[in-house]
Amino acid sequence: MPDSPFEYAPAPESRDIANLKPAYRPFIDGAFVDGKGEPLKTINPATEEVLAEVSTASKSDVDTAVKAARRAYEKTWGRMPGAERAKYIFRLARLIQERGRELAVLESLDNGKPIKESRDSDIPTAAAHFFYHAGWADKLDYAGYGPDPRPLGVAGQVIPWNFPLLMLAWKIAPALATGNTVVLKPAETTPLTALVFAELCQQADLPPGVVNILPGAGDIGAELVGHPDVNKIAFTGSTEVGKLIQRTVAGTPKKLTLELGGKAANVVFDDAPLDQAVEGIVNGIFFNQGHVCCAGSRLLVQESIVDEVLEKLRYRVSTLRIGDPLDKNTDVGAINSREQLTKIQELVDSGDTEGAQRWTSPCPIPERGFFFAPTVFSDVQQSMRIAREEIFGPVLSVLTFRTPEEAVTKANNTPYGLSAGIWTEKGSRILWMANQLRAGVVWANTFNRFDPAAPFGGYQESGFGREGGRTGLEAYLDV
Amino acid sequence: MSDRLSVTKTYKLYIGGKFPRSESGRSYPVSDAKGKFLANAAHASRKDVRDAVVAARKAFGGWSGATAYNRGQVLFRVAEVLEGRRDQFISEVSACEGVPAKKAESLVDAAIDRWVWYAGWTDKIATVLGAANPVAGPYFSFTVPEPTGVVGVLAPQQSSLLGLVSVLAPVLATGSTAVVVSSAERPLPAITLSEVLATSDVPGGVANILTGRAAELGSWLASHGDVNALDPTGAAVADRVELAKAAAGTVKRVLSVPAEEPDWTRQPDIARLRRYLEAKTVWHPLGV
Repeated sequence: MPDSPFEYAPAPESRDIANLKPAYRPFIDGAFVDGKGEPLKTINPATEEVLAEVSTASKSDVDTAVKAARRAYEKTWGRMPGAERAKYIFRLARLIQERGRELAVLESLDNGKPIKESRDSDIPTAAAHFFYHAGWADKLDYAGYGPDPRPLGVAGQVIPWNFPLLMLAWKIAPALATGNTVVLKPAETTPLTALVFAELCQQADLPPGVVNILPGAGDIGAELVGHPDVNKIAFTGSTEVGKLIQRTVAGTPKKLTLELGGKAANVVFDDAPLDQAVEGIVNGIFFNQGHVCCAGSRLLVQESIVDEVLEKLRYRVSTLRIGDPLDKNTDVGAINSREQLTKIQELVDSGDTEGAQRWTSPCPIPERGFFFAPTVFSDVQQSMRIAREEIFGPVLSVLTFRTPEEAVTKANNTPYGLSAGIWTEKGSRILWMANQLRAGVVWANTFNRFDPAAPFGGYQESGFGREGGRTGLEAYLDV
Repeated sequence: MSDRLSVTKTYKLYIGGKFPRSESGRSYPVSDAKGKFLANAAHASRKDVRDAVVAARKAFGGWSGATAYNRGQVLFRVAEVLEGRRDQFISEVSACEGVPAKKAESLVDAAIDRWVWYAGWTDKIATVLGAANPVAGPYFSFTVPEPTGVVGVLAPQQSSLLGLVSVLAPVLATGSTAVVVSSAERPLPAITLSEVLATSDVPGGVANILTGRAAELGSWLASHGDVNALDPTGAAVADRVELAKAAAGTVKRVLSVPAEEPDWTRQPDIARLRRYLEAKTVWHPLGV
């Protein structure tokens, strides 16, 4: 950290706000029940302390939940007028807002993300997704899929640990709006906010079985994906698991959407507004500790300005404060699990071995918990693992280019295609680049913008299907 | 009937705008519905599939980058040339499918009209499926559909021309490029369609048509790393699970198609166009 006349006093959020309970249970058919699976302990990745014991689902619980969802679909939810469904979903949106602070603190405790991100980004955007989709419930005839598009039935949904409540909202809101019922499996390491969301379903008086939440590990996800009475599978997670799921679903009538990994190129031209670009680069890769599938992890800088960009970037990154996620001054929180920390470490080591230049922020790191200091690799070649594989951590790889054509070629040199960034003052170049880049989302002179009204999703091995907007509804409709 | 001995034709593959024989040197006899020998068709091999994918990938940049108006013009030109060869298609469809001339006529007419219908979609689909996104912030955000890339098509086995047109035209209309395996038993209209494509301003490589067996070639298309989507319409139902599993290796878009070959004479909707499109969302800040 550079010498500064300003020092921040600690500004911790109270963890009491989270209303943390010693034990949490699966939510099936409108009630919290003991799961028959092996209970798990969810830990605070910033301190490694146990937060709560979570009862998990067994394979038979998956079947019970799917049956409950099927009943709810046939008896109530599937035949309910859209206007009535809408009101339930509006209730959920409001309940998320009302308990927003509680959810934000709980999310930061369970996930390790800085409170300023869970408070200002995750939770409000989750509420926004319910608001947006609630309005669709009685307007589906106008969505462009013909009059009276039909729901699919029971949706099985598996979500990752990087944005636990937000990913739940991305999945559940459109499923409910289109008339489907849901069995959702949150990630093994971050089940808590999903189970509090189940309380919100009770408070909203949602008919039993419409939403079912089953904590558990990958085997429960696999059971859900393979269940014969599930009509639709939605998955967000790694490309590796996505391929397994696509194989499992192959040959069945199940409709599938996948939101998988990425290795986004963030392209900076020599005429870019550099200070803004540096902010965007930092936001693009260090937001949520880099646990973002669309993180701007491959920085492509025009050769003529690479030294200047690197200098500004290193200075800016060195000012990032890493530490207690509940401190409102914290910029970079904890890595979600020891396992993930090990993966990041291994890929970073490969960068060293393969000859990239490593720079790591000199920021102090807490002694306990899973932390990784923001790291920037320069002199990166396209063949290196750190340029090709998703690291899913606060690690940036910097490559260079000379011409816009070379930038496009390098940016597109990946099996992934989720997102991309462009930084330049020249409008025609932005639009040309936006056309050329093979990615589902292109941010120009900004990065990591999300909105329920804007479709999000990938090309190629970043998955198929979109979430958000009119386009996203297709995933849950029989069209 | 004159006594003149007719000139018979050697049917070949259509790859990269050229008409090569199969790399394998193989061919197989094609008979009409009554079992009478019509011609030898080239029996495409795995290498032919790979060559066709290379050609389709090479052509993708130009075809997807062409203006929608231009693509519409080119595709309409195909319909014009199809119309000019109408009689030839009628006799080939009649022979291959064993239908009376009257029925063949209506199938060929439907195929030409179908091609015109899809030609007209090139410059409308983005308006219908795209969006200006009303995001909650000072940003301009819009979503445009873009072609998914190289599409592997296993063409219908029964409907030799109308079915083929119904699965190929939507791929080309969206701006994707195609590698098609034609009907195995009824391949001659597919080759004649290739000749139409070759003489109607469609750039070489945009559509590649292989005569051969879906059971043999489908798996190479499904597992190919440079193929982005797969239409298994012409695959045997028993083979489809394996094809879909192979396609999962590269997260291909796999069309959901009915087990039985559909009635191609029914007017289609835009579902097939939608399957070959990716939604791209672009954001830019607003300000002065």
